[in-house]
Amino acid sequence: MSVHKLVNRLRAFLPVEAVLYEPEDLRPYECDGLSAYRQMPLVVALPRTEEQIVSILKLCYETQTPVVARGAGTGLSGGALPHAQGVLLSLGKMKQIIAIDPLARTARVQPGVRNLAISEAAKPYGLYYAPDPSSQIACSIGGNVAENSGGVHCLKYGLTVHNIMKLRVLTIAGALLEIGGESLDSAGFDLLALMTGSEGMLGIVTEVTVKLIPIPEKAQLVMAAFDDVQKAGNAVANVIGAGIIPAGMEMMDKITIHAVEEFLHAGYDLNAEAILLCESDGAAEEVADEIARIHAIMQQSGAINISTSQTEAERLSFWAGRKAAFPAAGRVSPDYYCMDGTIPRKHLADVLQGIEHLSRQYGLRCMNVFHAGDGNLHPLILYDANQPGELEKTEEFGGKILEMCIRAGGTITGEHGVGMEKINQMCTQFGTGELEMFHAVKAAFDPQGLLNPGKAVPTLHRCAELGAMHVHRGEEKFADLPRF
Amino acid sequence: MQIILDQFKATVAKAYAQKTPLRIGGGGTKHFYGNAVPQTHVLLDTRPYHGIVAYEPTELVITARAGTQLADVQALLDRHGQMLAFEPPFFGESATLGGCIAAGLSGPRRAAAGAVRDFVLGVRLLSGKAEDLSFGGQVMKNVAGYDVSRLMAGAMGTLGLLLEISLKVLPKPPVELTLRMAMDQASAIEAMNRWAGRPLPISATCFTDGMLTIRLSGAESAVEAAHAKLGGEELDDGAAFWQSIREQTHDFFQSPQPLWRLAVKSVYAPMSLPGNALIEWQGGLRWLSCDDPEAVERIRKSAKEAGGHATLFRRNGLAAAAFHPLDDGMMRIHRALKEKFDPAGILNPGRLYPEF
Ligand SMILES: Cc1cc2nc3c(=O)[nH]c(=O)nc-3n(C[C@H](O)[C@H](O)[C@H](O)COP(=O)(O)OP(=O)(O)OC[C@H]3O[C@@H](n4cnc5c(N)ncnc54)[C@H](O)[C@@H]3O)c2cc1C
Ligand SMILES: Cc1cc2nc3c(=O)[nH]c(=O)nc-3n(C[C@H](O)[C@H](O)[C@H](O)COP(=O)(O)OP(=O)(O)OC[C@H]3O[C@@H](n4cnc5c(N)ncnc54)[C@H](O)[C@@H]3O)c2cc1C
Repeated sequence: MSVHKLVNRLRAFLPVEAVLYEPEDLRPYECDGLSAYRQMPLVVALPRTEEQIVSILKLCYETQTPVVARGAGTGLSGGALPHAQGVLLSLGKMKQIIAIDPLARTARVQPGVRNLAISEAAKPYGLYYAPDPSSQIACSIGGNVAENSGGVHCLKYGLTVHNIMKLRVLTIAGALLEIGGESLDSAGFDLLALMTGSEGMLGIVTEVTVKLIPIPEKAQLVMAAFDDVQKAGNAVANVIGAGIIPAGMEMMDKITIHAVEEFLHAGYDLNAEAILLCESDGAAEEVADEIARIHAIMQQSGAINISTSQTEAERLSFWAGRKAAFPAAGRVSPDYYCMDGTIPRKHLADVLQGIEHLSRQYGLRCMNVFHAGDGNLHPLILYDANQPGELEKTEEFGGKILEMCIRAGGTITGEHGVGMEKINQMCTQFGTGELEMFHAVKAAFDPQGLLNPGKAVPTLHRCAELGAMHVHRGEEKFADLPRF
Repeated sequence: MQIILDQFKATVAKAYAQKTPLRIGGGGTKHFYGNAVPQTHVLLDTRPYHGIVAYEPTELVITARAGTQLADVQALLDRHGQMLAFEPPFFGESATLGGCIAAGLSGPRRAAAGAVRDFVLGVRLLSGKAEDLSFGGQVMKNVAGYDVSRLMAGAMGTLGLLLEISLKVLPKPPVELTLRMAMDQASAIEAMNRWAGRPLPISATCFTDGMLTIRLSGAESAVEAAHAKLGGEELDDGAAFWQSIREQTHDFFQSPQPLWRLAVKSVYAPMSLPGNALIEWQGGLRWLSCDDPEAVERIRKSAKEAGGHATLFRRNGLAAAAFHPLDDGMMRIHRALKEKFDPAGILNPGRLYPEF
């Protein structure tokens, strides 16, 4: 459909300012947090109500126009990358917290509400929304649902899928599905789980009911430095082996420690090969016990330096370094590329060694931050987009890291999603049968493939052309041969 | 095990080719639950495909074949101080892991720790076309592809024959303490919800017969501090009480009347329905023992008004559908999914809904 016609038809039910089509107005929407991928949409629509979304979807369905949903655009896999012939559906104007029920401990919110805004609104009741992606000041709850986002506290408190109760979802045909409920389960298949992490491929989320949980009485942090990555990895296993589920368990490697220390002066040990941050929260008595045990385990695991936060300010300053890892990468390098693989923790040292090897091979530096508790690795590859060929080299390096994660029995994405970025690695992670089933699931919701076309699941044709080798359940021919 | 797997594939492939339905059976412990399937359907017994595939306590993950006895899984975890945190009901010694996941039932710890589906990390299954497929994995965080694994929890075997399941496990709490206090139903519902909003280590709640029972779980110091805050009388054999609730051996469940399971908004006021009630999950789960055959519609309607749904859990002679009816839009999606996973409609047809 021509831009002109589409704009006119959208304006029949949307105010003038809610339909953008001039290049300078479209520009801010041409990419998400993965700025290496850019594409201008035909039109941007900015609805304010569910009713308006229904009208937009019905129009797009009728005219076979692709639709790409966008929350805050902080996604790191190109999931919200526009379609050249499509409508970019921005949920950014739907920012209302509809209701908070403190006794039932739920909040009902529109999809464009920022993650942190929910916790801020719940705070007066002593409650908060647990999943806390580092992007929480900016990212939207709709985007969180679409990516099944996690945060540093998700080993103990779960991912988005564990913390939502109900969704209102519109299919591409504009039909409303009420998925989940105000109760702890609902009749039929668990479509709430299926929708979570579906990357805007199955439906448009127009309302989310989230669970709120009590703010812990106290939180305290142990920071332990190690002269060897393997020892730090063992320390994580030892904490968990002792029956402790820490509220947060983060690791940074040497190059990250140096980059953030230079920038923030958080007091990190510059002699360390790895630093672990291990948080305990709960009732004051419980935290005191747990912190003492964690301290002892760090010592037994060979930490060279251990500090325990004594005040809330100190706890936050220990965290500040970890939270500043991305900006620090941005300071030490013109560009950085954030990867997101998950591995069984026991393979940490091997995988880090493999990354170091690749880093030398490609001549690109790589910082590693790691949600150590749940094995989610974020290698940040440092590069310069202005150097010809460097982005391509970076992407190849990144792809190799993800393939290494699969070989270690892990996955190509822990929380950032497949989007546009990891579509090729899907061919390595899954076989034809699984990929066909994913396409079938998509077709059950969106038979014409109008929602976010080309993302998340590769066509079989693409995989065949790539000649990617599917690694079956972590097994592979000649698995003993070194591949780093 | 490969031979058994090949047999399963052959059985499913044949059923697919001939369009003859199968009924998937594990230990036979939950056949009272859900809609009955005709005995004439060929039984596919999952139990020969059993055994633990992998378990590493420090990774917090266990992978086992679907025919593994749930009791074996639990005993192994227990030896390492770990547990299935959703506290699944067995309903008989022969319960299998596959049946536990397929039925999707969680026990007393559900409101505090999460449901079966919350702990499913990955599955390997045979589709209705006998394709051997793996989804999810053995790691805590994984968003590659749609979350087909969790979709299997509670699907009653209608979407695939589960072969292997990977679950997240958690350490057992060092200390548990059960408290009891007299209260009326409305106050108990209010109290359960109010306490759930405070940082207290409450891991289970149960109200029946004017008595609220609470379980505290965690570090000794935390449990003691919470006991001091909440008061109440300590129950000597708390573990036995919670087991009787989980396994439905408690007196309340001995009634010969049909047993309804209403999952509702936790704060919803006491429901004005005929029959006797037992409440769990901070008010979110209400068992109703009611023999009025005229009440079926009323029970469904009330559950819906209360933000949830009603399941006829134990029929005890009442002829009605087991699960809450779906609206048209949801039924369309369910049928479309069923069509994709099981195009010939051979896997437990009718077990979840008569429509598929
Ligand atoms: C500095 C930084 C730190 C980050 N840290 C984390 C982290 O710790 N943990 C983590 O998990 N992620 C992290 N992310 C990634 C990102 O913030 C999350 O993926 C987030 O959930 C995306 O939300 P968004 O609103 O920005 O979504 P967008 O980027 O706008 O969209 C993401 C996807 O969701 C779809 N979508 C958005 N809204 C809807 C809707 N209403 N209905 C249907 N589909 C929709 C889009 O189509 C797209 O596929 C980080 C990103 C940055 C830039
Ligand atoms: C001894 C026996 C007696 C029976 N009597 C009757 C009867 O009187 N009336 C009747 O209608 N049916 C009867 N059945 C069949 C019964 O309905 C189902 O076969 C039974 O529910 C199977 O589950 P279970 O309780 O054996 O296993 P459970 O292990 O308790 O399974 C519960 C649910 O999970 C499903 N399931 C189990 N394992 C898997 C798996 N690996 N993959 C996918 N789904 C799985 C089952 O089909 C069932 O829906 C009987 C079965 C047996 C073995």
